[in-house]
Amino acid sequence: MFKYFEPNKIFAITSKAPKYVLFLFIVILSIGLTEALILSPQDYKQSDAVRIMYVHVPAAWISLGIFSVLALLSVGSFVFKNKNFALIAKSLAPSGFVFNIIALVTGSIWGKPTWGTWWAWDARITSMLILALFYGMYLLAWRIYENKEQVIKVTSLIAIFGVINVPIIKFSVDWWNTLHQPASIDILSTNTAIHPSMLIPLGIMTAAFALFSLLIFLMKYNTELIKVKNKGLDRL
Amino acid sequence: MINEIILMNGYGVYVWASFSFTLISFTTLYFVTKLQFLKEQKRFSSKFGSLNVEKAKAGKTQGINREILTNTSSI
Repeated sequence: MFKYFEPNKIFAITSKAPKYVLFLFIVILSIGLTEALILSPQDYKQSDAVRIMYVHVPAAWISLGIFSVLALLSVGSFVFKNKNFALIAKSLAPSGFVFNIIALVTGSIWGKPTWGTWWAWDARITSMLILALFYGMYLLAWRIYENKEQVIKVTSLIAIFGVINVPIIKFSVDWWNTLHQPASIDILSTNTAIHPSMLIPLGIMTAAFALFSLLIFLMKYNTELIKVKNKGLDRL
Repeated sequence: MINEIILMNGYGVYVWASFSFTLISFTTLYFVTKLQFLKEQKRFSSKFGSLNVEKAKAGKTQGINREILTNTSSI
């Protein structure tokens, strides 16, 4: 099964895909921005400040999703001893980190008009900050360690320990009294507190953000493969 | 209409700051990643170019090396 994860086979696809993904991302983002900034209605309580949700929520979802995938790939690289899992995880991490930072910054900006403060040491916000620290440690470890075996072990451990924080982030609003509102969307049921006129733009923006992380992943993965091949040329 | 979109009932500064920060982050990450890709590709091409005939022939037997050399800029 893992022969399909061989770099030679993957590169043939990943080297051609980015231009199509970029095109699709620009189209979907344009539709999403029009919906989010112009067509979607104001909130009866938050007025136009609610529009920040269209960047804040998808960014938070994707940063959590990417970190969960990092942990899964790390377990995979431990169990199957497949170095390509580590390479895929390494290529996913930068976009996850950037989405995490976007979620924190836009959340802080949203906090000022709604809560009257830029920052609060609230359970959800603090746990998101901890996730950013895990992302930071993960990316830093790839830069610090020279030995390949060692760096795979260290980064995998960071991802596996860090993923404990993911359910804490998800349930922090239920477990503790927080300023942050509880989840409005439950993907496991059809119950949602958001009207379709806001849910549709939110879905479009999430799709656009997911495409962007795919684009960055493909570009980064191709770079990593070329790096590996560069080292291979030295051994020829 | 334009004023409504810009001012957003007094929340414009917060909304536009959030969207601008997001788009600037996207653009920066895209160009940084692209630059890293081009730098690595350039290094590969120059390394491959400096190989002797025999080694270059051996290198070209690997499909991925041919792919890297033919894909001068895929994005």
